Amino acid sequence: MTILKLAVRNLLGGGMKSWLNAVVLSLAYVMIIWTQGLYQGMDQRVSRTMIDAAVGGGQYWVDGYDPYDPFTLQDAHLKVTGKLEEWTRSGDAAPVLIIQGTIYPNGRVQAALLKGIDPEQKVLMFPASFLKDPDNEIPALIGSRMAASTGLKTGDTVTVRWRDVHGTFDAQDLQIVRVMTTTVQTIDVGQIWVPLKKLEEMAGVENEATVVIVKKGLGQAADVPGWTFRDLDFLLQDIKQIVRSKTIGASIFYVFLLFLAMLAIFNTQVLSIFRRRKEIGTLMALGMTRGKVIALFTVEGALYAILAALIGAVYGIPLLAYFAAKGWALPAGTADSYGLALSEKLFPTYSAGLVIGTTVLVFIITTIVSFLPTKKIAALKPTEALRGKIS
Amino acid sequence: MDDSVLIRTVDLVKVYPMGDQKLIALNKVNLILRKGEFAGLVGPSGSGKTTLLNIVGSLDVPTQGSAEVLGQKVETLSHKKAAELRNRHIGFIFQTFNLLPVYTVYENVEFPLLLLDLSATQRKKAVLDALEWVHLADRAKSKPPQLSGGESQRVAVARAMVKRPELVLADEPTANLDAENSHHILDTMEVLNRDLGTTFLFSTHDQKVIQHLHRKITLVDGRIAKDEIISAENQRERP
Repeated sequence: MTILKLAVRNLLGGGMKSWLNAVVLSLAYVMIIWTQGLYQGMDQRVSRTMIDAAVGGGQYWVDGYDPYDPFTLQDAHLKVTGKLEEWTRSGDAAPVLIIQGTIYPNGRVQAALLKGIDPEQKVLMFPASFLKDPDNEIPALIGSRMAASTGLKTGDTVTVRWRDVHGTFDAQDLQIVRVMTTTVQTIDVGQIWVPLKKLEEMAGVENEATVVIVKKGLGQAADVPGWTFRDLDFLLQDIKQIVRSKTIGASIFYVFLLFLAMLAIFNTQVLSIFRRRKEIGTLMALGMTRGKVIALFTVEGALYAILAALIGAVYGIPLLAYFAAKGWALPAGTADSYGLALSEKLFPTYSAGLVIGTTVLVFIITTIVSFLPTKKIAALKPTEALRGKIS
Repeated sequence: MDDSVLIRTVDLVKVYPMGDQKLIALNKVNLILRKGEFAGLVGPSGSGKTTLLNIVGSLDVPTQGSAEVLGQKVETLSHKKAAELRNRHIGFIFQTFNLLPVYTVYENVEFPLLLLDLSATQRKKAVLDALEWVHLADRAKSKPPQLSGGESQRVAVARAMVKRPELVLADEPTANLDAENSHHILDTMEVLNRDLGTTFLFSTHDQKVIQHLHRKITLVDGRIAKDEIISAENQRERP
């Protein structure tokens, strides 16, 4: 208690130097929490958007289906029966049939995945209802990125060629009934959505699907033969991986910031021990043990972390709360470059774990950095310290 | 050991290595200091006064021989035990005052009591008493840079005396003071010696201090050359 009291006196008696160090360290606190909060918010938002618009509460994949291997699509379809059929009927599941096709927009050739979905589905927040258009033989829905890459727009017609289950090529015109704007690239890039029944006819199958998307919170059915259940951990793993790699990138920035703050603390401690060696000698003469003098200097340094946390709280809480409420706008047109379902604004979220974890981490590092230079005190002879010498 | 003996050194030797050479700072010093004495180590620079004071104050250890302070042999004390001896029983007064710069006068005087873990009430009473002894109660809230040299040394005296130690060691306490302040501070210490029975041991070559001493121990080249009791009559012959 005495050490703490003395350390507080010394710290506050340090005047401007103490405040400057604490302000620099507080920047590290606020920046770390802000950047990590940004990525935490990004992770949560992207996951939520992906669940809402693309992956639902999990998916059943036909055995052998691999979204990264187009050759598996030829055979990746199976009758939707049993529990999956029951869920589909009750609106708790949405079957999606996927076949490989080729489109010819504006005289060019482009590969596209044709995805059939029930226009009445209620599983995904996806504008499938536009596919109910009765005026069109084959209405098609594309995303804004697909529209940009093909030059197609609402009302355009595009020829599509595909192979049915017997390996026979066929071709027909599709009419674009809607260009949807979505942040989720996985339902947009290289894809054309058509009514499920139409696609079944085109492929020569009936009541078959490649993937069955189930509603959030529905859980997993018992083993469904021919189908493999993919849970959210599996379906979102790529997204999590991207967010993690982005977070690591941001970490370099805050490690650098923390390093600068620690350098200031270390420098102050080294200078303090050099400049205050006579004071150290006096403390020893007055009966303080070396251990207590070391503890005093270490606590003094560690207190910077507490003072910095308090200063950081004064300006950091309103600042962080502002960004959490108003969001942080990404530079125009850069949201897509992240490869994630990002909106133009990021909304940071600050969990208790993040705030407490950062505070504890900075406190521990500051304490270690404060302790290191005090090793000199252990070798200090009181008589030499009193004369202002360092042994 | 005789109860009245506070310090006893036996064939005390202190040698400092100086490159390939050795500097003998103390050479077989035998000294006994009894409780309540007001004594001084006098002699020219380099005669070993401060070295003897440091060993007696358990800030340093002898190379050979023995130094017994309040029944404890300095050469056998661990760092912790030595610190405890200084903390509980010895007060220090330095030539350059050595006040803690960021603390107020009150906090400087209170410092040794914080190390003794006394209660706040006990500390407050002791600090106010000590400041009264040196007539600085009205400067309790001042910080060292706001004090004159004389006032600073009086704070140092209060800090040394606040825990009522058996022994006060004063190293050239008047070297940075003018004549008036020197006499003032020495008068204060003499009163404390008389009223509280505290033993004072000075290291000095200042005539102003020597005139106040009750016992003068002259060191030359690390040896005690002369050890004399000053009569009260001689003490009064001050300018």
